Amino acid sequence: MRRRMTDPSVVDPAPPGFFARLALAFRVLFDAVLARKLLLPEPKALPPAEKVVDRVVEKVVDRVVEKPVEVEKIVERVVEKVVDRVVEKPVEVEKIVERVVEKIVEKTRPPEEGALHLLSILQRDGRLLDFLGEDIAGLKDADIGAAVRLVHQGCKKALSTYVVLAPVRSEAEGAVIVVDKGFDAHSIRLSGDVKGEPPYKGTLAHAGWKAVEVKLPERPAFVDARVVAPAEVEVR
Amino acid sequence: MTSSTAARFAIGIDLGTTNTAVGFVAVDDDKASPAALPLPQVIAAHEHAPRPLLPSFLYLPSSSELPEGALALPWDEKRGYAVGSWARDRAASVPGRVIASAKSWLCHPGVDRRAPILPFGAAADSDVEKLSPVQVQARLLGHLREAWDAAHADAPFAEQRIVLTVPASFDAVARQLTEEAAAQAGLVDVVLLEEPQAALYAWIASHGDAWRKQVQPGDLILVVDIGGGTTDFSLIEVKDDGAGNLTLERKAVGDHILLGGDNMDLALAYRVRARLEAEGRSVDDWQLRALTHSCRAAKEAMLENDALAEQTVVIPGRGSKLIGGSISTSLSRAELEETVLQGFFPDVAADARPIAARRAGLQTLGLPYAHDAAITRHLAAFLAGQKPAALLFNGGVTRSPRLQQRVVDVVNSWLGDQKVRVLSGADLDLAVARGAAAYARVRASNKGLRIKGGTARAYYVGIEKSELAVPGIAPRVDAVCIAPRGMEEGSEATIDSELGLVVGEPAHFRFFASSKRERDAVGAVVDVARAGDDLTEIAPIETTLAGNAGVLVPVTLRSRVTEVGTLELFAVETASSTRHKLEFQVRGEG
Repeated sequence: MRRRMTDPSVVDPAPPGFFARLALAFRVLFDAVLARKLLLPEPKALPPAEKVVDRVVEKVVDRVVEKPVEVEKIVERVVEKVVDRVVEKPVEVEKIVERVVEKIVEKTRPPEEGALHLLSILQRDGRLLDFLGEDIAGLKDADIGAAVRLVHQGCKKALSTYVVLAPVRSEAEGAVIVVDKGFDAHSIRLSGDVKGEPPYKGTLAHAGWKAVEVKLPERPAFVDARVVAPAEVEVR
Repeated sequence: MTSSTAARFAIGIDLGTTNTAVGFVAVDDDKASPAALPLPQVIAAHEHAPRPLLPSFLYLPSSSELPEGALALPWDEKRGYAVGSWARDRAASVPGRVIASAKSWLCHPGVDRRAPILPFGAAADSDVEKLSPVQVQARLLGHLREAWDAAHADAPFAEQRIVLTVPASFDAVARQLTEEAAAQAGLVDVVLLEEPQAALYAWIASHGDAWRKQVQPGDLILVVDIGGGTTDFSLIEVKDDGAGNLTLERKAVGDHILLGGDNMDLALAYRVRARLEAEGRSVDDWQLRALTHSCRAAKEAMLENDALAEQTVVIPGRGSKLIGGSISTSLSRAELEETVLQGFFPDVAADARPIAARRAGLQTLGLPYAHDAAITRHLAAFLAGQKPAALLFNGGVTRSPRLQQRVVDVVNSWLGDQKVRVLSGADLDLAVARGAAAYARVRASNKGLRIKGGTARAYYVGIEKSELAVPGIAPRVDAVCIAPRGMEEGSEATIDSELGLVVGEPAHFRFFASSKRERDAVGAVVDVARAGDDLTEIAPIETTLAGNAGVLVPVTLRSRVTEVGTLELFAVETASSTRHKLEFQVRGEG
């Protein structure tokens, strides 16, 4: 899958291998851990989702003569900071009136939202979901190949627009490299005759991929990310 | 910044027919190369992202089709229309609500360009908000202004040194309407610059002083600018100022040709569609647009790589069955060569001329697209035997080395033993915006080279001769030159002979331009009937003198080329020297 991203000769003489790799790409998209890494290159300490941060500060006010019953209306709003809201609490009681008080609940973007947004873009620009969702068992390789060009062209352009990718290791694949003591085991995966302590000497079999920058388009939080592609109705 | 007059940035705007771009550079930095301003734009409902190019499309949604805030921008959450990438994409599926090519309408003399006529041909029962070509241009410019202001809160757009480019082929009226659009967008201090000149400024800026080694005095530089929808030619001469310094002077500009890369993609799509239909497969409008897209990709791939013998073109299924519902075929190199290279760039002789349109009795008021698609024939007519020493390409289409080579080969075949040198190194998409910014910096700092040229055309006022009326014969109309070609910015000219104007009622004059008559001085008289194609009639001009109705006042006519680059005409009362501005009428003939 990784090689596909830069290799212009997309039509693979062995389709199953190619599709297996595309499927892998699809799984990677749903892998929340990886997706989060992709989408949040500089992880910030985000509060957990749905954490209520509204702090109601009571303040006695003696001027008010009506006693409102506060009816909470939960208004979801994405806020960057904790917001203090002062709710006036009257003391004297004469009449009961209902009053709606907005209660702000912070809603962080759920972790899958970035993944869904990226899927939405790959569908929009490259019809990726239509392609993966289609049963290709009975279709001719030539027809599949023709469609793959569209998918490849659109997805490649979208990917290069929104995600800046670079190899983890800059050496050419096939080069002999030394993996030193204290290496980052997350960015280097060892294989072969692995034993003992580093440094290890080995051949760079795959240079790896790293998202250097992710710059998805701006989208407000209230948009339902689950709608990855809207239904299309041609009005007559 | 305490004074608004101290502009910090020199900004160039390329307000193109299909794409718009903004270049900018600090006024006091005479070494830096102008940068492109990222332009945030709606790319899908509820999504916006910055792009270097802003497609010059405007989408006017119906009140119910989109959720609230779907077209929000960083600076406007409630925006009710969209400019840019998504507007262009919507042109395929909601054509009645998208305005494209407003710039071409701006220079269309057959329509009232201040009247709300766009989207053109919207159905009578359409509820779409209609706009004038001037208003559409103003919205595009407004978007640029907002994008700049959002990014540079401390240096407001309207206070910077702004140069706005126009096709060299824009006449005095189209220039004035462009200035009006800028004023509507709150930009009162813009200066106009011809696009091919801007491309040359960009080339100079990208070479530093080294550009002087690539040309020599006496050289003619031909600028060939092929955009998505228009083609523009200019000839610029390299001169020696007598002290050994090189100077540049724009010698000639071509006529407005509505012909560009989009025509090539469409021509390929029509060809493939005809083949598919011959095989019994039908292609509807939606599919034709997808096919055009696919043909463009195939064209670009094959023009890039000579080894490709054919490319697959696919019309994807519109539903969620991408492959099952698709139609695929191939585009061969022979078809590409025939359609694009021979169709648009035929190998023609130096004396070839475009095939003129046969005028049908009834013509629709659509855009006056070029009748002859052969760009090389238009080029031969433009050069008319002049021999360029160097060639500068501009416009996205010319990115293809194969197309460049074709143009070079055809031009070389006209030169005898000479060979034209290609001036390379400019960024073809952003050169005009960057070059305009470089020129804005030259104007602001008074340092650096300026291309001389003055007006690209000579202008004439039509004056009817008082003759004995003969039934069936139109009275002779003389065109009197009021502004010669090459008139410099800031200069004035007066026709000495007096005219009598009646006070209190509108006085009309016919108004003509010529890009061919370069020797007419002010006051030169040309018989309109005999001048033929040399003169092009543009919008009439009018004025009304206030005062005691019915009185005949002697006046002289005067012209002035403003610093902005527009042409102003006045009737000056002989007795009092009072000036009355003559306004261009753009109500159209239709």
